[in-house]
Parts: sequence; structure tokens; C-alpha cells
Amino acid sequence: MALAFDEFGRPFLILKEQEQKTRLRGLDAQKANISAGKAVARILRTSLGPKGMDKMLQSPDGDVTVTNDGATILEQMDVDNQIAKLMVELSRSQDYEIGDGTTGVVVMAGSLLEQAEKLLERGIHPIRVAEGYEVASRIAVEHLDRISQKFEFGPSNIEPLVQTCMTTLSSKIVNRCKRDLAEIAVKAVLAVADLERRDVHLDLIKVEGKVGGRLEDTELVYGIVVDKDMSHPQMPKRIEDAKIAILTCPFEPPKPKTKHKVDIDTVEKFQTLRVQEQKYFDDMVQKCKDAGATLVICQWGFDDEANHLLMNRNLPAVRWVGGVELELIAIATGGRIVPRFQELTPEKLGKAGMVREKSFGTTKDRMLYIEQCANSRAVTIFIRGGNKMMIEETKRSIHDALCVARNLIRNNSIVYGGGSAEISCSIAVESAADRYPGVEQYAIRGFADALDAIPMALAENSGLQPIETLSAVKSQQIKENNPFCGIDCNDVGTNDMREQNVFETLIGKQQQILLATQVVKMILKIDDVISPSDY
Amino acid sequence: MAIERIFKDEASEEKGERARMASFVGAMAIADLVKTTLGPKGMDKILQSTGRGREVTVTNDGATILKSLHIDNAAAKVLVDISKVQDDEVGDGTTSVVVLAGELLREAEKLVAAKIHPMTIISGYRMAAECARHALLQKVVDNKEDAEKFRSDLMRIAMTTLSSKILCQDKDHFAKLAVDAVMRLKGSTNLESIQIIKKPGGSLKDSFLDEGFILDKKIGIGQPKRIENANILVANTAMDTDKVKIYGARVRVDSMSKVAQIEGAEKEKMREKVQKIIAHGINCFVNRQLIYNFPEELFADAGILAIEHADFDGIERLALVTGGEIASTFDNPETVKLGHCKLIEEIMIGEDKLIRFSGVEMGQACTIVLRGASHHVLDEAERSLHDALCVLSQTVNDSRVLFGGGWPEMIMAKEVDELARKTPGKKSHAIEAFSRALLAIPTIIADNAGLDSAELVAQLRAEHHKEGCNAGIDVISGSVGDMAELGISEAFKVKQAVLLSATEAAEMILRVDEIITCAPRQRENRIHAWKMICTSFHQGGNFVPILTS
Repeated sequence: MALAFDEFGRPFLILKEQEQKTRLRGLDAQKANISAGKAVARILRTSLGPKGMDKMLQSPDGDVTVTNDGATILEQMDVDNQIAKLMVELSRSQDYEIGDGTTGVVVMAGSLLEQAEKLLERGIHPIRVAEGYEVASRIAVEHLDRISQKFEFGPSNIEPLVQTCMTTLSSKIVNRCKRDLAEIAVKAVLAVADLERRDVHLDLIKVEGKVGGRLEDTELVYGIVVDKDMSHPQMPKRIEDAKIAILTCPFEPPKPKTKHKVDIDTVEKFQTLRVQEQKYFDDMVQKCKDAGATLVICQWGFDDEANHLLMNRNLPAVRWVGGVELELIAIATGGRIVPRFQELTPEKLGKAGMVREKSFGTTKDRMLYIEQCANSRAVTIFIRGGNKMMIEETKRSIHDALCVARNLIRNNSIVYGGGSAEISCSIAVESAADRYPGVEQYAIRGFADALDAIPMALAENSGLQPIETLSAVKSQQIKENNPFCGIDCNDVGTNDMREQNVFETLIGKQQQILLATQVVKMILKIDDVISPSDY
Repeated sequence: MAIERIFKDEASEEKGERARMASFVGAMAIADLVKTTLGPKGMDKILQSTGRGREVTVTNDGATILKSLHIDNAAAKVLVDISKVQDDEVGDGTTSVVVLAGELLREAEKLVAAKIHPMTIISGYRMAAECARHALLQKVVDNKEDAEKFRSDLMRIAMTTLSSKILCQDKDHFAKLAVDAVMRLKGSTNLESIQIIKKPGGSLKDSFLDEGFILDKKIGIGQPKRIENANILVANTAMDTDKVKIYGARVRVDSMSKVAQIEGAEKEKMREKVQKIIAHGINCFVNRQLIYNFPEELFADAGILAIEHADFDGIERLALVTGGEIASTFDNPETVKLGHCKLIEEIMIGEDKLIRFSGVEMGQACTIVLRGASHHVLDEAERSLHDALCVLSQTVNDSRVLFGGGWPEMIMAKEVDELARKTPGKKSHAIEAFSRALLAIPTIIADNAGLDSAELVAQLRAEHHKEGCNAGIDVISGSVGDMAELGISEAFKVKQAVLLSATEAAEMILRVDEIITCAPRQRENRIHAWKMICTSFHQGGNFVPILTS
């Protein structure tokens, strides 16, 4: 433990309660960190690729999640180690930024750490390794730019987008109907996309799931599906050409924010108050009716009396609709959210061609479909599936596919998948390494080796001989000068990813390399770990 | 360098073969647990609660058994979940789906042991499931057009469903009850409108379906016990003290006399409300909320039957049968739709008094009164009847029907077997395994009935080699019989759901190669866990705990 003495020879406290803390320094610290990072990567390694396996996670409360999505696995794993937490962060940031490739980025970081460990054992300073990695990552990213291809798509030609989404979905459990789901995802994204600005607002796509039925029954609803039903059991279940009043005020007597008291001391006051109260309800309903609304959607609850008045005046209503859903309904129907009854005017009403209630199964589950909206910019993907875990996993997969489609609309460059991009980068980095004098050269070579880890894992998961397959593909790439050769995971019979239609987005790949390098650099720079020992 | 711990304490991680084994063993143990309840000769289970009172449930329903278990094994939880979904979605086949998934995994385990990659097994299973579904689709019978035949189909389905339950002694009687009840729904699947009232006493055979509606309430004192041509107002309104709902209002007075005045005003208000209600021209008033003595007295004076505290479902059903609307304000008597019925009377079932509304207008809802020797019998009877009602209401919408008694499984197995022979590659092993798993269901049905399953299934297979064969297992006589003659039918929707969700669940479990269990949250005590400790010894003698108390 570190002990310092001042000029009089008295011990000088640097760390409080030293004896209760464990401390790792220098190379030991780095190695411990690296091994923790590698351990995390090893867990995810088998989930990579179309033949990757799933993980089953049991939460502290005993709920079971079955998933293939790297970010979800790491999030639910409840890791304790600090470095492992960094890896979790890494996967999460890939999820936020790109939405796909969350497994790949961790595997990549793991293999970079593995190579770094070898270099450290040779006595290369960690900072030099980090710098070498930095240089190499820049080379790789530039190389990706060079081998990327642009493709054209439009509202009428969505095939390329569908193909890319299918690549993403093929590694998930839903690959049984990846074609359908990919089409749904692409259509949903195109419906909300602003092609001029090349921007997609994913919040406009609502993903709703209901247990039961088959995966094939999953549908795209041009409109909103809300898990609510009409407030009164006898209200009509089907409204055509609905004019919707979207309210955030309850059908209840007002509650002024200022503190106040209404004192009742005479019979007259009691009676006037009663009359007033009745008038309140009457007025509220009348105002909605006056504005011409044929459906009221309210964020809050109703009083029984108001509920009946609505029913009596033939004004169907839905209560307790969540804030987010309310916003989506407002966007979809072109209505305005009205906070007070006084402000309700005919212009502020939303319009929808059809509102209907649909019931499912043998239980009392009902959902409200709002379709044929004035503005079809908000859509809902409605997922059906055999069990709860399946629905959750489908939601995650659809999210990935949506992100991929969005990224393509932002930037329509693609690289080919199946490990071909990594192999090509590895070749490029390897050949660039020789041009760098100094110790970094070794680090750059290490980087090139690390890039091979992804195709290697792909081959391994597909039941192929990893080293044999990788070297064959690599030599083929160099021989034919064809950067599109990858691992043939599905046994199609060709190595050329152009023929297999396996695409990934360029920005996704670039981000993977950049993020992984950054985290690895960070881990390498740590040379002292002080942690409180077990208590 | 020792590898750092990356998980929290008590968290565990199972990898590769061990993980797969843990999930196989867990899933199979669950399947074995419910296996013996399958089929008409299946046995029941007793579940004892560890909570206060040690309540006992006797049941044959797979979903109920599995719901009540406290399970630690992750794969087992997947199976419990599919059985629950099956219950929600079609209502029956909750045991079959678990058993089929268990059998699929049992076969998969053998294939994995023979070094076939789980992904290959999955793709084989998928092909097989698709093929099996197709085979069923070709054999379905749809009698929607012919009302007579359709009804007899429904009867058969109800009888088949009920034959494995406690009600099997009187299955004709109950099948008729269930079919009548479902036909009244006119295609709606909302089973809420069929009310089941359980009254101990009498025998199961005394159960009956009431055309009208029975409300488990008493009539207020001094009010008429019998009303003919009733006009009914169904309401949801406060009849105790009608509070002023304006926020911040309170009564503050400075003398006793004023208190009395306000009290008087309050009473006046209630009287006015009652007057308004009476002004609707009704002679029966049903309220969801309480009715206090004062208004009740007023109603009695006006000769109106007032029923208080009918629960939410109660008034909704009542509104459905009588055609009235649920009212909460009473200012516009001309626009409120009243409900009508021919006769309201108090009836006695056992020693309880109930109110019967008969001769109703709409008649979408109805009531089934179950009688039986004990609460356990009644509970189980309700569950069985619920299963039958679910299946029937689903069949009304999707009227495709198949034969039962292991017939659909044999048909599927035959087609899948043929597919296996045509498919090249390792997948064909998986497809063959799928067909074996399908055959397990008739085998289990026969085993449970104490029959020679190997002999019977072999006979069945031979029979099914002929085209257009209707052979299935006749459990009663213990031989192979013609299902068309025996009148054993099942709904296509149930069979399809069993097939698809079992395959999906098996696929899900097969894809797992690692199980990470987080440290369990510390709990003081689990009060309502069901006590049932079950362990399973795997072939290798490995000990895997499946359930903990």
C-alpha cells in the first residue's frame, strides 16, 4: 500500500482506511481489467450472426427474458465489475446511436482487449498500444468508406431497404418470418420519414404487442392502437368519420391550484352549489358536443355522472389514455391537445376515418384502433406471438430493424455483411501497418488481428471451421481483389455477400469500430484500481 | 491471473451444455408433471397453498396447476407461460401444449446428444410444424352453413372437452348447457356475459341454465317480491350520501339549527333524486353502489324494487340482457333507455335467495347455476365449464372442426413422417423427431387410461395408412375406434394453437445456450407460494431442482 512520509518521518495519509481496500496497480490492474472485459465479450460471442444462440436471463424477481440482443443481455445481466459495466455502457451507446450491432461492438472490444494483452506482455506501453489502435481505427473507418456502396431507393422501390432489415432480423428468433417483419418495419419507417430532410422520427412509430395468435399475424396499422376501451360499456364500438376531441382535463369539477375553501353555512348555498355542480358536468359535455366532436379521448378519468351524460348525448369517450399515446393520436389525427374545455373549437378536433374496438381471445382484452387518420404520419406496429417472451423479443428485433431502416434513410451507404467488411478492413489495416515506424506498428497489427474476431465468431457459431474458413475467405478477397467475400453462414453455397444480399449500414459499422476502440483505449489507460474490499 | 467476478454475489451463470441440460430437464419435468392429467382418463392434482388456511384446490386443468406452482427453472417458466396464453387465447388444450412442448424438447435432447446443432433442429421443427398445420387444414370439416350440423359439432366439441374433467359423468347435460349459453352470445366472444353462480348442495346434475338472468342479491325489506312486466333502470350512482364534488367545499356552520337545516337540505336532495328516478316510470331500480336506508324506504313507499350493490359485471350483464343503459344522471327521463323484462321474482336455490329476471328482451347474457357437493367440486366444475365455453365461443367464430382422440396427431405425424423421408440433410432427423413427439400424445392418452399404448398406437398407425381414415383411440372400450361414430371432435383453432405455440416455445428454449440468473431479491417471506417440492434426476444422475417452496 502506498505510504508516504513527510519531512519529519511521520506517515502521511493518502488513502483513508487503506487496510480495508484492495488495490491493484500497474500491469496487474490492466490485466485484471482486460480479463473482465473479455469475460463479458465471451458471453456475447455465441450470440453473433444468423446462427447465434440466445441467452436466457432471470431477473431478481424471477421474470424470464430470452433474447439475442446484445444490449438487452448486458443490461439485464446485473454486472458488478466496474470494467464490465463499461462494456455494458458501450453496448448501450451503440444501441442509442445506431440501434443495431450491439453484440458486434462488444465482441470487437473484447478481441481488441485480447490483442492488447498480448502486446502488454511483450512490454509495450499501454499508451502506445492505445495510440496504435487509434491510428488503426482511423484507417479502418476510411477503408470502410471506400468499400461502401450507395444504393438508391424510393417510396416505390423499397427492396434494398427490406433486404438490409432482413439481414438484421435474420439473427433473431423471428427469422421465421423475417421477410414480413422487414417489410413492416420499412413501410413503417417510410410512412413517418421526412425524405427531404432525410430524417426519421422513430417516436412516431408505436410498437404494441399482445400475447396470442401467431407471429405471422403481426400487422402494420396506419394509425394508432391504444390498449384502452370505451368508458361506458354501451357506447358504440365503431365510429366512422370520427372527429376527435383530445383533452387533458378531467370530466370532473375543476380543482383550482390555489388553496381555497368553499364554506357552506346556509341551505341556499348548499343548493346553489349543487345546481352549479350539475351545470359543470352539463357544460363540459355540451362544449364537446358544440365543437362537433364525435369521440372524446381524455387523459384523465371521468366522474360517473359525466360518463353517463356522455353516453346519453351519444358521445363515445375513452379515458385514462397515456400522455405519449395522446400525443401520437394528436399527430396522427391532426388534432390539437386541448387543456381546457373553454378552448375547444372545431378546428382543434382531430379526424379519423375509422375508430373501432377489437377484442381478443377469451379474456376481456380490448383494444382501440384509430385508423385512416387525417395525417398518416404516425403508425403502429402490432405484434402477436405465442408467449410473453416472444412478444418482448419481437419488439426488440423490430426496434433494431426500424433503426437500421432509419440509418439508411439518413445515409444510404451500405457495406456488405457476413464479416466481409471486417475481413477487408483487416487486410487494409495489416498492409498499412508496415508504413508506420515505431512501436505502434505492432498495435496496428494487433488491431488487424482483432478485426478477424468477428468473422471468426460468425464461422464458429455457424458450425464451420473458424480458422480454415477465415483464411480461405481472406485469401479469396486478396486474390480476387473483391472486398465482398464473407462467411457463408447459411450454407447458401456462395461467399459473395452481394449475391446473398447481406447488407449492413456503413454508419453502423463505422460506429462499431470507433466506439469499441474508444472504450478499449479507456480501459488500457487505467493503471490503478482501488476498491473497497468485501465487507 | 484470476478472472474477476463480473456478476453480483449469488448470481449464477450456466453455459453451453449445462445450460441446455438445465432447460431440457426443467421443461420435461414440467411436462411430466401435468402429463398424467391428459385425456379422458387423466388424473387430478391436489394443490395445497402454503398460505394461511392451507386451502386445497383439486384440479385437472393444466393452466391452473402450472399457474399455482412456484418455479425457479427458467425454461419451465416458458412452458408455464405458454399454457397461460393458451388458456387466455382458446381456453382449452392447456395441458396438451405443455406436453407437446416437453416431448419436442425430449426428442431434441436426443438429437443434441447425437451432435446435431440446435439451429438445425429448429429449422427442421419449423418445416415439420408448417407441414403438420397444412395436413390439419386439409382435413378440417366446416359445417358453418348447416345450422343443424353445426350445433351437433358444437355438442361434440363440448362433450370432448368436458370428458376429461370432473363433469364427465354428466357431460351430455353440461355440453347442452354450454352450447345453449354460447349460442345465445351470437358470435361474441365476451364470456363475461355468461354468469356462473355456484351454490353448494344438490348434485352436479341439478345445475341448470337460466334463460334470463339471476342476480345473487336480496330484495330490500318491504319491497315487492314479484313484479310482472318490469321496467328496470340500471344505474351507477351514489345513493348513500350525495357529496358535493366541487373541490374544497365543506360545511361550516355556527349553530346547531343550521346543521339541522343543512341536513334537511341534504335529505331533500336525496328525496329529489329518488323522485327523479321514480319519474322514469320504473318499478325496479338496480344500482351498482350502496343504497342507504332512507332512499330505500322511499323506493319501498313507491312500490319499487330497489337492488343495491350489484357489482360491476352484474350491472353490465343486466344492461345486456334487459336492453337498458347504465345511467348515472336522471334529469332527462325521456332519453334514458330502460330495460324490460316479463317477470322479476325471488327464487330459492338451496337455502339462498336470489333474484331472477326472466322473459328478458335482448337475451345475450345468461346465467348458469352450478350445484355440487362441495366447494372443491364446484370450483373445478366452474373451471371445466369455463374451458368448454371458451372453446365453443372460439369455435363459433372459426367453425372448422377436427376429430379428437389422437386422430389429429396421427394425421400430422403421418404427413410429417413423409416429409422427413423427402428432406435431404440433417434436418430430416429433426422432422422425424417432430413426428415422434406428436405420437407421444396418443401414447400418453392411452397410458393414462391404463391401456397398452404401444399396441394401440401401432394399430392406429396401421389404420391411418389407409386414406380417409377416422380412427382414434376409444378410451372407454380400450381399442381403436371410429371417431366419427363415437362423436369425438375438437376445434381446429385449439389444435392449431397447441401446435404452433408448443413449437415456438420449444424453439425458444432450444436457442438458449446460456442462462444467467440474477441474484434473487431478498424477500421477508413468501406467503402465497404453493408448496410443492419436486426434483428430477437426470440420466447422468445430475440433480437439478425444479421447484422450490
